[in-house]
Amino acid sequence: MASDKDLDSPDRRDFLGKVTTAVGVVGVAGACIPFVSSMNPSKDVKAKSTSMVDLASIPKGKTHTVEWQGKPVFVTHRSDETIADMQDASTELDPQTDSERIQKPEWLVVVGLCTHLGCVPNRVEEGWICPCHGSLYDNSGRVVRGPAPNNLIVPHYEFVDEKTIIVGKKV
Amino acid sequence: MIKKVFSWVDERFPLDEMIKHELTEYPVPRNLNYMWSFGFLAMFVLVVQLLSGIFLAMHYKADVGMAFDSIQHIMRDVNYGWLIRYLHSTGASAFFALIFIHIGRTLYYGSYRRPRELLWWTGLVLLLLLMATAFMGYLLPWGQMSFWGAQVITALFGVTPFIGEEVVIWLRGDFVVGDATLTRFFALHYLFPFIICAAVAIHLVALHWVKSSNPSGITLHAKDNIPFHPYFTIKDLFGLGVFMIIFCGFVFFAPEFWIMPENNVPADPMVTPPHIVPEWYFLPFYAILRSIPDPLGGVVAMAMSILIFLAMPWLDRSNVPGGAKFRPGYRIMIYVWFLDLMLLGYLGAQAPEGIYILLGRIATFIYFGLFLMLPFISRREERRSRVQGLPREAERLIREEQEELLRSEHYLRRENDQKELKDIRKRLEDES
Repeated sequence: MASDKDLDSPDRRDFLGKVTTAVGVVGVAGACIPFVSSMNPSKDVKAKSTSMVDLASIPKGKTHTVEWQGKPVFVTHRSDETIADMQDASTELDPQTDSERIQKPEWLVVVGLCTHLGCVPNRVEEGWICPCHGSLYDNSGRVVRGPAPNNLIVPHYEFVDEKTIIVGKKV
Repeated sequence: MIKKVFSWVDERFPLDEMIKHELTEYPVPRNLNYMWSFGFLAMFVLVVQLLSGIFLAMHYKADVGMAFDSIQHIMRDVNYGWLIRYLHSTGASAFFALIFIHIGRTLYYGSYRRPRELLWWTGLVLLLLLMATAFMGYLLPWGQMSFWGAQVITALFGVTPFIGEEVVIWLRGDFVVGDATLTRFFALHYLFPFIICAAVAIHLVALHWVKSSNPSGITLHAKDNIPFHPYFTIKDLFGLGVFMIIFCGFVFFAPEFWIMPENNVPADPMVTPPHIVPEWYFLPFYAILRSIPDPLGGVVAMAMSILIFLAMPWLDRSNVPGGAKFRPGYRIMIYVWFLDLMLLGYLGAQAPEGIYILLGRIATFIYFGLFLMLPFISRREERRSRVQGLPREAERLIREEQEELLRSEHYLRRENDQKELKDIRKRLEDES
């Protein structure tokens, strides 16, 4: 049993008070975790973090637009002529070689949002042109004419096999 | 540094003074038992319900086509959604359990008597707000019980004379409980807890003016009060700990205990479940409603079963101070009343047939009979106490209370006011 001296000791009382408060604070912080976490993407949203694309349905020379994380993604089946042109060309606004932007030369996968203010560019022969402020992108998705500052973003994607890719990373 | 900040604030806002006066140095009778901790626990559960409710509302869809599924979305997809949902459903039952015990304490110890009548009435307003909030919240999951419970109870308003049918349609926004009802119940269910918060503030203002009663029911000498901090901060925290064990026991190990299985079936306006039962906390009032064969009579009886509480300070005509502690007659009445309430609760869950009908009527009769007998029994008991004398402990406390009252702030203020009034009257007379 504690002696009388211990029971009256202010140091002991202070210590107990401080430790109790500390544990209480940890408890309250812990209690906040589920609430904060509930605001993060739920399972059904996380399931949308990747999209599968069937490449066999895209004929040579055509572009399909698929949805990934609520955004449009342009998947272009490039002709040999286009590939050759792109490998020779270079741009000044956001310098990048064509090979830096593709895994297989005949497949271009880029996020279909203008890097200026987010409009969806329209497909033209030379690439894409944005209807909002006229930014021009080539057939590698590189910005040729502004006001867009950057090339179209290349998302993370993998070839599952010759005919299928998965865009995005599992969250 | 902190001291500087606080003194800057103190010059402009009575923060420090308020904390000292209303919380840390607030005087509390030293003999309070744990029955006095239930107000604090109810406040805690109010916060739990507010937090869990708001975070549920981030994912809930108030539309008849989506409501039920949105609850499943919360349970399965939302991170910790299951926990937030169970906190809210268990919290509702916990809230009522705590409030019933809190009211029981007030009745047993006579804490509704002068000068605490307004404290009692603000409490009653809080009970009514809580019941309305719970009723509207229960419709939101859009299960079979949700739908049919709302259908039955909104139909009750049809007993309004002359305009009954229009009132019901106006309430529902439709001929039956439908999308219009669901959306408005969601809006109001979100609103009411904030009205409850304001009513709690008023309740606490009333409390801090008259201060807590105590188990003896007799105001203690000023010297027998102790500061709220640390004695009752730690006592309330301990009570909170015990409560949390029971509460979390349900939330984590028996979360579906308070959810009726029938409510896991999506609402079907074409099929009524064989056995419609309200949540347990509405059962006694439901039993009283069904005991009266006439529809209007039943609704009036159900309303009166709560409104009659308003009259308690006047039904109790004893001048013996305090509650059941020194009044054996009153104590027996309280116990009978608690048992009757439990019987009514049980009967509310049974189908209204056979012996249950008769029992329901008897139990309702006892319920109201006790209230109506109270004036006579309390007066008789007081006369008996005067003849026989109260226990010595009670006599001493009463005497000390009288002396204290003569010195008290309230009494002096009243006396001063009376004197000033007399002076003003005299001056007016002299002038005219």
